[in-house]
Amino acid sequence: MSENVLKIDHVTMQFGGVVAVDDLNLEVNRGEIVSLIGPNGAGKTTAFNVVTAVYPPTNGAVYFEGKRVVENHPRGKMKKLYNGGHADEYMKTIQPTPDKITKLGIARTFQNIRLFKSQTVFDNILIAEHMRRTSNLFTATLHLNGSEEAAMRKEADRLLHILELDDVRDELATSLPYGKQRRVEIARALATKPSLLLLDEPAAGMNPQETVELTSFIGRIRDDFHLTIFMIEHHMDLVMEISDRIYVLDFGKLISHGTPDVVQNDPKVISAYLGVQEDE
Amino acid sequence: MSKKKEIIINVALIGGLLLILFILERFLPATSMLFTVLKKGAIYALVAVSMNLLNGFTGLFSLGQAGFMLVGAYTYGVLTIPVAERANVYMYFDGGLIQFALHPIIAIILAGALAGVFAYLIGLPVLRLKSDYLAIATLGFAEIIRAIFQWDKLGPITNGSNLLRSYPSYKSVLFYFVASGICIALIVMMINSTYGRAFKAIRDDEVAAEAMGINLAHHKRIAFVVSSFFAGVSGALLAMYQTSVQAAMFKSAMTYEILLIVVIGGIGSITGSCISAFLFIILSEWLLRFLDTDTYIGSFHVPLLRSGFRKVVFAVIIMIIVLFFRQGIMGTKEFSISGIYHKITGKKKKEVKGGGADE
Ligand SMILES: Nc1ncnc2c1ncn2[C@@H]1O[C@H](COP(=O)(O)OP(=O)(O)OP(=O)(O)O)[C@@H](O)[C@H]1O
Ligand SMILES: [Mg+2]
Repeated sequence: MSENVLKIDHVTMQFGGVVAVDDLNLEVNRGEIVSLIGPNGAGKTTAFNVVTAVYPPTNGAVYFEGKRVVENHPRGKMKKLYNGGHADEYMKTIQPTPDKITKLGIARTFQNIRLFKSQTVFDNILIAEHMRRTSNLFTATLHLNGSEEAAMRKEADRLLHILELDDVRDELATSLPYGKQRRVEIARALATKPSLLLLDEPAAGMNPQETVELTSFIGRIRDDFHLTIFMIEHHMDLVMEISDRIYVLDFGKLISHGTPDVVQNDPKVISAYLGVQEDE
Repeated sequence: MSKKKEIIINVALIGGLLLILFILERFLPATSMLFTVLKKGAIYALVAVSMNLLNGFTGLFSLGQAGFMLVGAYTYGVLTIPVAERANVYMYFDGGLIQFALHPIIAIILAGALAGVFAYLIGLPVLRLKSDYLAIATLGFAEIIRAIFQWDKLGPITNGSNLLRSYPSYKSVLFYFVASGICIALIVMMINSTYGRAFKAIRDDEVAAEAMGINLAHHKRIAFVVSSFFAGVSGALLAMYQTSVQAAMFKSAMTYEILLIVVIGGIGSITGSCISAFLFIILSEWLLRFLDTDTYIGSFHVPLLRSGFRKVVFAVIIMIIVLFFRQGIMGTKEFSISGIYHKITGKKKKEVKGGGADE
């Protein structure tokens, strides 16, 4: 069954005059690992931010599990500035807050790790349980939700165990080595019980050994947690090895997509990456 | 040390403290400076903790505390002045509009509730703002509240810019300790609940907190309303302690005093705020009083000592703390019996920052 979990539909994201994402169309199907690659500043993270409702797109829509979860069209001062197409196709504005997207089942990690810095690994993960609480402010404050609290802690510990993070349970999350922090951030995202996981450069800053471990780790959690994974990554070995399909962005525009083999040999992709190397 | 043992020791300590206060009240004159300091200290501890809930635990830099105290103080005064006294108190407003009086305890709770309602309404536009802007906006609203309560047209209710007085008040220092203690315990219990964890997540990283399914607007509003509720209660206690109240005293300088207490105690430490509140009151009401009085040694007029000099000294203290002791007394750690126990016995206990779990 190749129903799509995520569908990005004619999404354009313009910051003032800067077009960060330009008429992006893509689909991620259930159970797939799909990668989004492209040179620095191509608009990859921005695409994630649109999907997770951190930014409302300037134009376009995002579908999750067949439901439209984000939609916008150029309004106000963007009406004049907008210079993309498909402007009349999206008449509604659907602008949820990011927590709503998480509750729907999309979890993410961040390019520059964003762990809760004053908290232990355990507490970082425990926070995910908050959104499923049945207690209210009064019952929680008066600690009348003892069984719920115990269940929350048990669940967090269970996850730590599965992901082999027991040994760092009570460490300050930000005191861990970089590679471990990335893993904790993925664990924290999994704690929200997502069906779609967005990873923004999970291997950034990792050494080759850690990258290899991460590759198998991502494959494993996809299977164990029945996930669909949409990933931004620069490490080409990792990308080529685990991706079912790849999308390539350059200057906000989709320049290529397909299986790793197709993309690897696409002259447009090669020149986009070579072009960048010349710049540097 | 087991959890049970710790609770027993803590309860015993609190009981012992209250007993000592009880005995002291039998033997010392009621006008003793000690009681003044203890009562005011308890009140300031509560308002400092309520401010710390915002600034230290939720990461909302709000400066509206004096405004919410004012709402609480006035609610208390207005609702409890005995009917027979009203003609006297509201003499410029034909005895005022309200012709009933509530029980002090009910009035205290309503004082908190009304402050909470004000906070809810102010929070709607203001809580979207980030740090500095939030501070400026809340400060502004506090000033607006003060102006409104002094407004002549509201005189039949607020008595305009005249004093509210003749309302009932509890004299025993025990009352202030118990009332303030219950409120602080409630705040601590909230911080240790799943809501408290959400607040700390917001403080640490708003974007990540949202990505973890925490609704920012909702939780910031809860923190703001709860904090203001307890600021309102402390305002009511302050009104009671002073036996008369006037809007003019709730200036922004009051908020700065509370901020100073929070910073000295450690932003993010409840016990720090409590300790620092008493230290601050002891210093300002008692030990440093001499700074504000003209003093002669023989015929020599000691320079600098005159009304207002205390404020200067406090300003210098703030600067020293901000420059050299940014963590305050406690940092984000909590003072606890088990902590001391572990220090003494030399056993190591892992430090966990971010507001530990000890009442
Ligand atoms: N909030 C913002 N305001 C203005 N411009 C932005 C904003 N966010 C991103 N941009 C711009 O959008 C473009 C795309 O940025 P983005 O972070 O999406 O790139 P990226 O593909 O993730 O790059 P990298 O590989 O470096 O992470 C850049 O030119 C960036 O400066
Ligand atoms: Mg990026």
